[in-house]
Amino acid sequence: MTQTELKVVDSTALDVEVIRQDFPILNQEVNGHPLVYLDNAASSQKPIQVIEAVDAYYRLDNANVHRGVHRLSQRATDAYEGARDKVRGFLGAKSDKEIIFTRGATEAINLVAQSFARPQLKAGDEVLISYLEHHANIVPWQMVCEQTGAKLKVIPMVESGELDLTGLDELLNERTKILAIGHVSNALGTVNPIKDIIAKAKAKSIPVLVDGAQAVPHLVVDVQDLDCDFYVFSGHKMFAPTGIGALYGKQALLEAMPPWQGGGDMILSVSFDNTIYNALPYKFEAGTPHIAGAVGLGAAIDYMNSLGIENLAAYEHHLLDAATRKLEAMDGVRIIGTAKDKASVLSFMIEDVHPHDVGTIFDQQGVAIRAGHHCAQPVMQFYGIAATARASFAFYNTEQEIDALVNAIKTTQELFA
Amino acid sequence: MSDLRDLYQQVIMDHKKNPRNFREIVDANHMAHGNNPLCGDALVVYVKLNDGVIEDVSFQGSGCAISVASASLMTETLKGKTLEEAEKLYDNVHNALTGESENAELAGKLQVLGGVKEFPARVKCATLSWHTVHAAMDNDHDISVSTE
Repeated sequence: MTQTELKVVDSTALDVEVIRQDFPILNQEVNGHPLVYLDNAASSQKPIQVIEAVDAYYRLDNANVHRGVHRLSQRATDAYEGARDKVRGFLGAKSDKEIIFTRGATEAINLVAQSFARPQLKAGDEVLISYLEHHANIVPWQMVCEQTGAKLKVIPMVESGELDLTGLDELLNERTKILAIGHVSNALGTVNPIKDIIAKAKAKSIPVLVDGAQAVPHLVVDVQDLDCDFYVFSGHKMFAPTGIGALYGKQALLEAMPPWQGGGDMILSVSFDNTIYNALPYKFEAGTPHIAGAVGLGAAIDYMNSLGIENLAAYEHHLLDAATRKLEAMDGVRIIGTAKDKASVLSFMIEDVHPHDVGTIFDQQGVAIRAGHHCAQPVMQFYGIAATARASFAFYNTEQEIDALVNAIKTTQELFA
Repeated sequence: MSDLRDLYQQVIMDHKKNPRNFREIVDANHMAHGNNPLCGDALVVYVKLNDGVIEDVSFQGSGCAISVASASLMTETLKGKTLEEAEKLYDNVHNALTGESENAELAGKLQVLGGVKEFPARVKCATLSWHTVHAAMDNDHDISVSTE
């Protein structure tokens, strides 16, 4: 972060007090204190622009997509496909055919594991992931390994919470059939150098899936620049509704993959003798999709673009730096995850206080954080702990809220003194 | 803050800092592992039963203040009790903390756990050791229980 970037942000680019008015949920008291919502890595809050887009869809346009000739069906289809094009632009993909709507990142990873990896994996093959993964980017691969006899290999990590890439050349070998790696660690906030990692894998023609669930709320993503084969994310972590997310896949790969789920909308014609599958992206969207969710996701992308994702990222960096400095200065507080490049996540331990007690005490002061293993138990095992307390920031958080976090830590320490 | 003081009473904090019977019983004839997968709390409960009486009971493991203090209190409460008395205490704790019985009041020194009722997300922390000891007494081999 350079001083010039900070200056731009601090002066005019973002007016946080104005932005907060877009988020009605933030304006409430919890346990007699103003809500301080610092659990954005678990799920983010929704701006009125997203809430109203979903509301308007149900009030005005609701019908099934790709079916009726009537006006509402046409409007619903336009809204749904319009949202797909917004996701395409958001990820920098070439074509709308490369954007598959899913329930979220988890479903997208399962789709790739079952449709792309499973048919080609054999006993002795390897699937490579990293130590920092969320369970959503571990378990689907364990399942496909169990189904095929392939082996799960893991890129190790070091104390700072960064990946240890010294052995990457050996881990990427002729047995490696796919690399699945997180862009940003949900438990620690580490931003992985995925462009370099992808380049190394591509040099050996190994396909790469990137789990971007924690990255898309905070970073500008360009899948063509990254040259990954698959990129997945969830809407609810980026100010959109729950139950909607997307899979980006390179068109040639998606074309070659068999459908994952069967049903309506993913077929061109069905008879009992023969069914012809629909073209991309519909081949992978069996059944009536979450149309309103897609509309909300499109509205969230518009909202982020209107503020400027670079501005959001710079402001969040500023918040994270400020929070990190303040916690570092506190006795009895240990920050877990000290990577050089981090995004919006501050995991920490208060000496002699279990994170679950921390979570309860914070909640009594209106401060919402996550306490637990963050669906990343291997990371916890690496540090020899069962859980951490995790504060995670969004662009609507303020420096005053960081002070509330610091005060909540002090209260906890006093109570446990 | 007053609710917090109810939850983290001095007795709770004392048991958290100095858990009683925090050791292995080498000649235990019953034991069980208890896990709360949500928060990662994990403990082992050892029981030495002699002719229907709990001659010794202990625990080891790690967890939050509530789960450690509750386990510590549990061992103090159960030592010397018959299986029948232990069963009644287990029912009492379960009913009082999960609200299954409206009139249930915690017995004796277990009353300090009452503050947990105001914190539904934490009830499982307080009941973990009781579920674990219950499983231990019911089985003569090592068994795992989970509060999820």
